[in-house]
Amino acid sequence: MGAYAYQAPASVEEALSTLAAEAAAGNRAQMLAGGTDVMVQMRSIDKGPRTFVDVKHVAEANELHIGDDEVFIGAGIASAVLNENDELKSILPGLIESADLIGSTQIQGRATIGGNLCNSSPAGDTIPALIACGAVCVIASPGGNREVPTEDFVTGVGTNVLEPTEFLIGLKIPRPKGRSSDAYLRFIPRTEMDIAVCGAGVALTLDDSGVCTAAKVAIGAVAITALVVPDAAAALVGTTVDDEALSAAADASSALAKPITDKRGTVEYRRKVVGVLTKRAGAIARDRALAL
Amino acid sequence: MSKQHVSTTINGDGIEFLCEPHQSLLEVLRDELGLTGTKEGCATGDCGACSVMIDGRLVCSCLMLGVEAEGVQVTTIEGIAGADGLHVIQQKYLEHAALQCGICTPGFIVATKALLEKNPDPDETTIRYWLAGNLCRCTGYDKIVRAVQDAAQSLAYEA
Amino acid sequence: MAEALDLKAIGTRPVRPDGIDKVTGRAAFGADLHLPNMLHGMVLRSPHAHARIKRVDLTRARAAEGVLAAVSGADFPGGAGAGDLAKNVIARDKVLYHGHAVAAVAAKTLLQAEAALDLIEVDYEVLDPVMSLDEAMADGATLVNESQHTNGDTSKPASNIAATQRFERGDLEAGFAEADIVVETEHRVPMAHQGYIEPHACTATANEDGKATVWCCTQGHFDVRSLTAQVLGEKVGNIKVIPSEIGGGFGGKTTIYLEPLAVRMSQMTGRPVKMTMSREDVFRATGPTSGTWCRAKIGAKKDGTFTAASAWLAYEAGAFPGAPIGPGCMSVLAPYEVPNLVIEGNDVLVNKPKVCAYRAPGAPQSMHAMESAIDELARQLDMDPIDLRLKNSAAEGTVAPYGPRFPAIGLRECLEAAKVHPNYTAPVPEGAGRGVAVGFWFNIGMQSSAEVRIAEDGAVTVMEGSPDIGGSRASMALMAAETLGVPYEQVKAHVGDTESTGFCNVTGGSRTTFATGMAVVQACEDIIAQCKQRAALTWDLDEEQVDWVDGEAVPKPGVNADVKPLSLADIARGAGRTGGPLLGRASLNAQGAGASFSCNFTDTIVDTETGKVDVLSFTAVQDAGRAIHPSYVEGQMQGGAVQGIGWALNEEYIYDDNGVMENAGFLDYRVPVASDMPMIDTEIIEVPNPFHPYGVRGVGETPIVAPLAAVSNAVRDQLGFRIPDLPLSPPRVLEAIDEQGGGD
Repeated sequence: MGAYAYQAPASVEEALSTLAAEAAAGNRAQMLAGGTDVMVQMRSIDKGPRTFVDVKHVAEANELHIGDDEVFIGAGIASAVLNENDELKSILPGLIESADLIGSTQIQGRATIGGNLCNSSPAGDTIPALIACGAVCVIASPGGNREVPTEDFVTGVGTNVLEPTEFLIGLKIPRPKGRSSDAYLRFIPRTEMDIAVCGAGVALTLDDSGVCTAAKVAIGAVAITALVVPDAAAALVGTTVDDEALSAAADASSALAKPITDKRGTVEYRRKVVGVLTKRAGAIARDRALAL
Repeated sequence: MSKQHVSTTINGDGIEFLCEPHQSLLEVLRDELGLTGTKEGCATGDCGACSVMIDGRLVCSCLMLGVEAEGVQVTTIEGIAGADGLHVIQQKYLEHAALQCGICTPGFIVATKALLEKNPDPDETTIRYWLAGNLCRCTGYDKIVRAVQDAAQSLAYEA
Repeated sequence: MAEALDLKAIGTRPVRPDGIDKVTGRAAFGADLHLPNMLHGMVLRSPHAHARIKRVDLTRARAAEGVLAAVSGADFPGGAGAGDLAKNVIARDKVLYHGHAVAAVAAKTLLQAEAALDLIEVDYEVLDPVMSLDEAMADGATLVNESQHTNGDTSKPASNIAATQRFERGDLEAGFAEADIVVETEHRVPMAHQGYIEPHACTATANEDGKATVWCCTQGHFDVRSLTAQVLGEKVGNIKVIPSEIGGGFGGKTTIYLEPLAVRMSQMTGRPVKMTMSREDVFRATGPTSGTWCRAKIGAKKDGTFTAASAWLAYEAGAFPGAPIGPGCMSVLAPYEVPNLVIEGNDVLVNKPKVCAYRAPGAPQSMHAMESAIDELARQLDMDPIDLRLKNSAAEGTVAPYGPRFPAIGLRECLEAAKVHPNYTAPVPEGAGRGVAVGFWFNIGMQSSAEVRIAEDGAVTVMEGSPDIGGSRASMALMAAETLGVPYEQVKAHVGDTESTGFCNVTGGSRTTFATGMAVVQACEDIIAQCKQRAALTWDLDEEQVDWVDGEAVPKPGVNADVKPLSLADIARGAGRTGGPLLGRASLNAQGAGASFSCNFTDTIVDTETGKVDVLSFTAVQDAGRAIHPSYVEGQMQGGAVQGIGWALNEEYIYDDNGVMENAGFLDYRVPVASDMPMIDTEIIEVPNPFHPYGVRGVGETPIVAPLAAVSNAVRDQLGFRIPDLPLSPPRVLEAIDEQGGGD
């Protein structure tokens, strides 16, 4: 039986060598960001010993960069920090609200978008929002950094493309241009503190006349991974994102959803409500874009 | 298993402790350091009874490793009142009868302090959403919200 | 009479005596005790909902690193009376619910204890679990307990129906025949938990002389003493129980779970043993309240006069008999004059945890059913729901369905106050619905003791034995201050342990301010009598010539004595010369607990696309008899309302096919959070209880009763059809909307 340990590397290089050394020694290593999922799992469904490798002291994972073409959000940055950044909130309101929806104020003080993605839960709130806004995962790998689109990152319930010797440094998001905006909505039974029963992220671009020229729709908690809904996007493009288009997008989301019945909702409920959320998030994204 | 050495600051005091790498900060506070004012209601981050501030930011101490306290400033309920008496927030919780059993109260008071430091003039909705991670099963929240509103007003008046 | 009194302390809102400790983190709750040399105990719990235990082998666990004791059911032969309680504390031949305690270990560290649990070997023969009332009551049902016969009648086959209850009056059929309109409804409400934030915790230390001390969070330490003694087969006198501060209970901390295990393992090791439950343990293995299945039927004439009503209740008891069918039956029609009625209750075994009291146990479920039916009746009669209730309201002299004649009660006053409340006269917000319901709890008296001690400067110490769960020390101090005529600040109230104060029954049944309060008042009257006697001695007068006015002994009017009044402090200072320290005492078995009625109404709005219900406003009107500390009365009303709203909207035990609770945590057992709730408006009605010196009625339980139906009725008002079952969770509401063809 191995032992628990904790490491706090200061750089990508150091973190990679820590991961490599633990792998070589036959130890399990687990990256630790906010820890809000890891700590709970460690006491319930995943009790085994491991070495925690804390990403929060890795310099590169603490970078937050808002460039002309690209936004970079380090994997160690707490949601509360993102939510306090007004510029970021105005550029990517949907993504930031998806991070802001996760848990309580207390959770916000620790939880990170990177952690939410790496936890790879079907119900992770930031995942549909990241997919909708075209985010790319920047992965530190022994052979150098590699990049993976967020929609290809999660491979199943709790699984993703990361190798044991790799970790997520952060997310690269193309900076929306012109009249582009996004929105994310999820449904929970209470106003706070629940896991998403289903969720929908919509990012879109309007031309000067208000006609949608590009859209991306992703839905969560209705399949083993978040799903991109091309038919929903297609229903919006070329329209003014009016009720009819939104209704068609809603139907596309409901049609693609492959949910399960569990303690949080039924198949029928999730399928129906994910459409409602697609419609509502689409309207919010449209209004935001029109206001730009 | 080998314990790890941690140097931290708790309520202004430099503190060193040894803990298991997977012990939570909550366990360290309560079991190793005797700071039992911070409560455990769930150990899963769902109730907020274990709320503390880390470098001024509100967190659940049950969802943080003790070793992650290295080099930070921890504020617990024991650090809210000063030598000159209760903090206004504590006073207002008492005046408004914003507690019944009192188990959730330390967490609420720490959370309220974090709120008013960030937002000295929160409206009711802001207060309710900020405190949504602190469960209270006795009061129905009404008197807690009023205590926070009154504390905000008093602090504004003092400032 | 109480209302004639000129009250000075009662009705004010001072800071509670234990307040500062609770806002500074100094107050010591159940899990806050650390003793030198202390061991940590942990419980192995059943992975099955229903199974026969073939073998428990503790050998490997006992040999594990750091482990000093391990126990199973065999280590608790128990007293003769222990029975079900002992089997619930630790299973013997069968496990009866998922999470049922099977064995326990004590080790030097928690990690060692946890590791040792994995080394305990248990062989089970898994049986089919009985998970619903329908299954349990069906012919040929699997039996939870093969030797359980209904009401103990062994001439009939064994049954999961452990007991039945029936109240009857008049001629039901004739009554319904007389009615112009008859409404019948049927409702199911799943099991729900009190959801106190503090998990159960205790620390036990057994001495070499056979005496043990238990420190724990409980609503009744005298009951912990007797129940623990029963399970251990010990004498009551060998166990001392010190109540810690208690982090919520709502009825759920009126029994024992960990205490006998901790004492036994302390006896085996000679070291203190601390045991705490995880939140998951609390949900799986303590006592929630019954899931229920209720039918309500009520008939009325065109003018709204009730002619007959009936209720049929089936309540889940969990693994052992004891569902609150008695109170469920007592409450269901208590608010009304009903000439013809039949009320039937069934206490039904299922493979779920043994239920425990939860705030007005049994009443919210049965009254949800009847108050829903009455709401439908009001709609069919096109009558205002408050007017219909006023027309049939019980009042002084009404014979309750369970027998006694009500003395002065405040239901009519509550209904009248609700009718003119600004929240009720205001229009229903656009698109929303409004619901009204009535609540009731009979309240209890039972045994209490109190002592009042006066220090040499007149400081008053009240010592009593009712654990303070929501500010009762403040109420005790206020009643003492009022009676003695001294300032509140001069009085301190304490809850003593089982050896430092007289016997008190549990803090439950809304009895504390009523019964223990009465004992405190009587102990203060004892002090006053002594003070009068001491003053008479000092002044060389007869005792009858001395009066007690505003905290001072004075000669009675007309008594010719040139003396200065003697204050409590004066008399206490000179007590050595007049007969020794002042010590007042009272013990009683309180009679005449006055029933507390309420009327609640709420405005809610349903998002018809998602099925989510938002509570826009909630108003609670309740008769407190006399509000000793109005803030804490309001607090009871508000807290109970929010618990009731949570129960109505989202709270439920969700089980899988194997009888495993799927939502044993605050993440998915969804109690209301601050942002779910509006302010809860309160109006306290004061119709004094003639049997309490200050008119007190218990107020703690009534508040949770009406919200279930009030919310249901509000949702019904908006949607135009009734969803009979609870909770009104979004999937249930949306499904109902879809079935009705798309809502409004």
